[in-house]
Amino acid sequence: MIDKQVIGPGEAVGGIADGDTVMIGGFGEAGSPIELIHALIDQGATGLTVISNNAGNGEVGLAALIRAGQVAKMICSFPRSSNSTMFQEMHRSGRIELELVPQGTLAERIRAGGAGIPAFYTPTAAQTDLAAGKEQRQFNGRPCLLEHALVADWSLIRARTADRHGNLLYNMTARNFSPVMAMAGRTTVVQASSVVEPGALDPETVVTPGIFVDRVVHVANPQHESELVASGARYP
Amino acid sequence: MNTPVGLSREQIARRAARDIADGSYVNLGIGMPELIAGFIPPDRQIVLHTENGLLGMGPAPGPGGGNPELINAGKKQVTVLPGGSFFHQADSFAMIRGGHLDLSVLGALEVAANGDLANWSTGRPGAIPAVGGAMDLVSGVKAVYVITRHCTRDGTPKLVERCSYPLTGAGVVNRIYTDLAVIDVTADGFGVTEVSPGISLAEVAAHTAAPLLDRRSSAIPSSAAAP
Repeated sequence: MIDKQVIGPGEAVGGIADGDTVMIGGFGEAGSPIELIHALIDQGATGLTVISNNAGNGEVGLAALIRAGQVAKMICSFPRSSNSTMFQEMHRSGRIELELVPQGTLAERIRAGGAGIPAFYTPTAAQTDLAAGKEQRQFNGRPCLLEHALVADWSLIRARTADRHGNLLYNMTARNFSPVMAMAGRTTVVQASSVVEPGALDPETVVTPGIFVDRVVHVANPQHESELVASGARYP
Repeated sequence: MNTPVGLSREQIARRAARDIADGSYVNLGIGMPELIAGFIPPDRQIVLHTENGLLGMGPAPGPGGGNPELINAGKKQVTVLPGGSFFHQADSFAMIRGGHLDLSVLGALEVAANGDLANWSTGRPGAIPAVGGAMDLVSGVKAVYVITRHCTRDGTPKLVERCSYPLTGAGVVNRIYTDLAVIDVTADGFGVTEVSPGISLAEVAAHTAAPLLDRRSSAIPSSAAAP
């Protein structure tokens, strides 16, 4: 019987090893799997490369993982926000490396990784500082850059509803990177606000088919990063 | 040099909104571009795209009505209008990079006479670089408009011969709306199509660090400064 459910966030992140690459869903707090990130802090793997659009806020979630010194490198498009001081401090002091990627190139590199496409050309970022070191070629008279696919040992994402096959529905703009990250993770771990029996989801409306999902953990009432940051919360 | 007083931020946004065609799919950048949404003429319908995954974005919710999972690219809470849709990042940027969006309106640090745009980084040592979707928007969307103050707070022109800040894209800007003028980027450089009421072409030229061509038609719309 196919049952991808595991018990608790701790079991869900079991096996993440030092030096692994981890994709983390979310655009700002929307879709950020905060309980899985906190479980990864408890678990303690270090030297991680993290692929996520942003670099966290305050001292919870991704920012707390960075503060804990577990992240060696961030691959992201926008590591700056009003409360992103943790990443900035670590980057300025040389303790965390940054690979800055335009947001659409980031999404497409992840999609390509999940789809078995090793690299692709795009005009985005041609003739800019972010073209440095990249192979360039003209297509239809436009300079384009060769961009390499991204894959990860793990993808940690959040969904609204899952069934035990791993079929997923998301909530509004919390969907963002999660469907492509689910495809690009060697092991994809989902925290879902509700878990239902197979057959309860209309196959016409499934956004991420279960083939892309390996573990599902039920987190009934996920915390909201902005509320934690506003209250000055810190993890652990 | 003090910049002459032309249009307010809201008036610049209203002026730019007048040029957006009915039925357009539009992405508005963070800051002054966002104001355009409030000035779309009532006889037109445009569909707003926000690159974090929503078409049919509506205004900010009323007090207590927001949802932290319904936000725009500036991470502010928004609403979804009837006919709206949600989608993931690769689809959202396929809309942008695949040329499906009609218009992108962005702010600027500098725009050059050849259409180069700088708006993502001052290149200052120690600054944390962040690019988001700006480079994707300028490379993929059918038309790129810039909406900006003509000069910085200290009076330095933002319209220049060559950008000194790091580029967002090369030769990408089609039109610029400022407090002083509406300017098209042409094959021959900046072409002024309209000056704001009470402003002379000479004043626009004095606050622009590149040559200007006079491309005004004889019939200049009089409603440019309507409140």
